[in-house]
Amino acid sequence: MISLSVLGVELAYWQVTSLRVLGVLVAVVLPAGAFVYLFLFKMMSFMQSRLGPMEAGPFGSMQLLAEVGKFLQKEDIVPERADRRLFFIAPYIVLASTFLLFSVMPFGPDVYFTNLDTGIFLALGLSSVSVIGILIAGWASANKYSLIGGIRAAGQLIAYELPMVLAVVGVVIQAGTLNLQGIVAAQHQGEIFGFSGIGNPFLLTQFVAFGVFLVATQAELTQTPFDMPVAESEIVTGYMTEYSGLRFLLFFIGEFATAGAFAAIAATLFLGGWALPFVSLDDNSMNFIGPLVLFAKMLMVGFLIFWARFTFPRFREDQLQAFAWKYLIPIALINILVTMILKVAF
Amino acid sequence: MTLTDAQQLGYINAQAADGRVNVELETDDGMVLNMGPQHPATHGTLRLVARLDGEQVTSADVMCGYMHRGYEKLCEVRSYPQVTTLVNRIDWLGSFANEVPFILAAEQLMEVEAPPRAQWIRTLLFELSRIANVSLFIGDLALQLGAQTPAFYAFRDREFVLNQIESVTGGRFHPNFDRIGGLKDDLPKGWIAETKAAMVRLRAFCDEMEGLVYGNEIFQSRTRGVGIIPAAVAQSYGLSGANLRGSGVDWDLRRDANVGLVYDQLDWKVWTHPDGDSYSRCWVRLQEVREATTIVDQICDGLPSGAIMAKVPRIIKVPAGEAYIATENPLGQMGYYVVSKGDTGPFRVKIRSASFNNISIAPWLLRGVYVPDIITILASLYFILGDIDR
Repeated sequence: MISLSVLGVELAYWQVTSLRVLGVLVAVVLPAGAFVYLFLFKMMSFMQSRLGPMEAGPFGSMQLLAEVGKFLQKEDIVPERADRRLFFIAPYIVLASTFLLFSVMPFGPDVYFTNLDTGIFLALGLSSVSVIGILIAGWASANKYSLIGGIRAAGQLIAYELPMVLAVVGVVIQAGTLNLQGIVAAQHQGEIFGFSGIGNPFLLTQFVAFGVFLVATQAELTQTPFDMPVAESEIVTGYMTEYSGLRFLLFFIGEFATAGAFAAIAATLFLGGWALPFVSLDDNSMNFIGPLVLFAKMLMVGFLIFWARFTFPRFREDQLQAFAWKYLIPIALINILVTMILKVAF
Repeated sequence: MTLTDAQQLGYINAQAADGRVNVELETDDGMVLNMGPQHPATHGTLRLVARLDGEQVTSADVMCGYMHRGYEKLCEVRSYPQVTTLVNRIDWLGSFANEVPFILAAEQLMEVEAPPRAQWIRTLLFELSRIANVSLFIGDLALQLGAQTPAFYAFRDREFVLNQIESVTGGRFHPNFDRIGGLKDDLPKGWIAETKAAMVRLRAFCDEMEGLVYGNEIFQSRTRGVGIIPAAVAQSYGLSGANLRGSGVDWDLRRDANVGLVYDQLDWKVWTHPDGDSYSRCWVRLQEVREATTIVDQICDGLPSGAIMAKVPRIIKVPAGEAYIATENPLGQMGYYVVSKGDTGPFRVKIRSASFNNISIAPWLLRGVYVPDIITILASLYFILGDIDR
C-alpha cells in the first residue's frame, strides 16, 4: 500500500499489512459500488428511458446499501443434491481472482500493493482463475441450467483469454516492459511526433489492441453481447441459478469488481494510468491525485463497457467462438506484427 | 371446500399423468432440459421438454395446459354480453381484438348489423390493439435475444396506444367495449387528433427498432436461417398470421374473408416475406405495425358520422343456430364457433385461437437446433399463453 514514508510515519509490519488489506477492500468494493450505482442504476435508466433509483438518499445513492441489505437478509439456500463444500467455496474463488487482480495495479508513484516486474503477466494469469470458480459453481449446483452455463462460461473465457493476451502484447512491445509502473512511465515520457506535452497514451498507437482488449473484456465479464453463460432467457442465470443471498451477492460484487479491474487495466495500458500530463511522475502529490485520475479513467472505460452492454443482443455460442478465433485473434496477431515492425523501424 | 368423488379422481389422474411424464423423462437417454412451466423465456407457463445431445436438441415437446382457465365452458354459463369480459383475457395484449369475432358471430345469428360508424370504430380499435400487441412483441423479441433496452422502449411507446384505448373504452388491458349491435360509447372529444399524434410516435418507434434491433448484425446472425418453415409445412400445421405470411403465403383474413369490419374500404397492403425463417416472421410483424398505423390514420380521416348502436332488444336472446366467424387477430386467425339454442347465453362456444396452432409446429421446428435457437424460434413464433390455453 502507500509506502508510509510519504506521510512521514513509521509503522510496524502488522499495521502496514492491515492497512494493505483495508486498501484492497477499498480498491475492490469502491469501483464495484461506483459501477453498479453509476452504470447499472443511473446510466441504464437514462438509456432505457425508465426510472432509476431516486428515493433512497440523494439521487438514490443509498439504494446500493439497501440492495446489499436485501441480499444479506435472504435465506441461503443450498440445493439438496448439490456438492455442499464446492458450492460454498465457488463464489469465493471468483471473488479472490478479482481481489488478486488489484494486487498488481499501480495507483500512484508509491501507491501500490506490489510492484512486480511481470505485473501485467500476473494480472492476466490471475484473471483466468475465476473460470475455475465458475466451473465449480456450475458443476456443484446440481442443476442443468447451471451446468450448461458453467460449461459455456469456461469455453468462452478460455477463448477470449487469448485475444486479450495478444492485445496486451502489442502494448508490452511498445513499452518494452511487463511492469505496469513501467508502462505508465513509458506513456508519460513518450512523445507524439516530437511533441512530448501530453506524453503518448498507447491508445493513439495501439487503438486496434484497445478495441480487441475491450471486446475481450466484455466477453471475460460475460456481459452482453457475450452473456451466453448467464443468458437469462435461456438458462435462467447460468451458473448463478441456484445461488441466493450472500453467495449471490459475492458473485454480483465479483462481476462488477472485475469490470472495475479490467477497466483499471485498460486505463493503465492504454490511457496513461494514474499519470497526469505536465506533472512529474515522482511528484509526491500524485500519490493522492493518482488514484483519483485512475478512477476517472476507469469510469471512462466502464462507460464504454456498459454502453455496449445496454445496446446489443447476445451472440450464440458458436458465433461467439467463431468471433474470437476467426476475427479477434488474427486481428490481434496482425497488430503485434505491425507493432514489431514499427518498433524496429523507429 | 369438499371435493366430489369425480373431482378427487380427476385430481389424482392429473397427478398420475404428470408423474408418468416425469418417469419417462428420467429413464430417457441423454440429458433432458426442462424449460418451464416457470422459465424466463416462456412469458407465461409453457412447459418445454427438450432432450439434448450436448447443446443440440434431439427432440422437444411442448406441454401446454398449465394456464387453462376453461373459457369455453365458462362461456356456456354466461349471457352473451358477459362473454366479452371473459374473452378479453385470451390474448391479453390485444384484448379488444378478442371481442370482435365473438360479437360478429352473435350479430350474425341475431341478424343485426352494426351501424357504419360502429364498424369503423371497431376496425380502428382492432388495429390499435394490433399495434399494442405487436409493438410489445418487438421489444420482447429483443429481450429474448439478450438486448434489454428495446423492451423498455416498446413499453414506453406502447403506452401511447394504451392511453388512446383507455380514453375510449375505460380499460387499458381489458376494454370490454364491444356490444352486440354496435359499441358501448362514441369516441371522446379530441381523440382523433391525439390518436394521429400517437401514430406518428409509433412510426418513429418502428424506425428506431428497425435500426436498433433489425439492423443489428448480431440480431440478424441470430435470426436469419434459424427455424425455417417452408410454406407447405406452415399450411399443413395450420399456422396463421405473421407466422404464415413470414413463410411467403399471402393470406390475410382482413383482406380474404372480411366480415363486419371495413378493411375493404381502406387502402393497405398485406406484407409477406419469402424466407420463412425467424427473421422474416419478425420482419413481417414490424411491417404490420407500420401498416396498422397507416390504417388507423385512414380511419381517423374517413370516420363516418351516425349512430353507434343498432336497435337491439334490451334482453338479448339469440335465435337458435350456428355461426363461425374468424378474424385476423394480432396473433393470427382467431375464430369463434357459436352454437345457440335460443337462450340468453350460448349453448356451446369453440374458440379457435391462433397461438395454439402456431405453437404446435414447435416440436417439428426445434429438432436439431441448438439451445439458444430454441429461444429465438419460440420468440419468433410469438405466442401468448392465454391464447394457447384459453
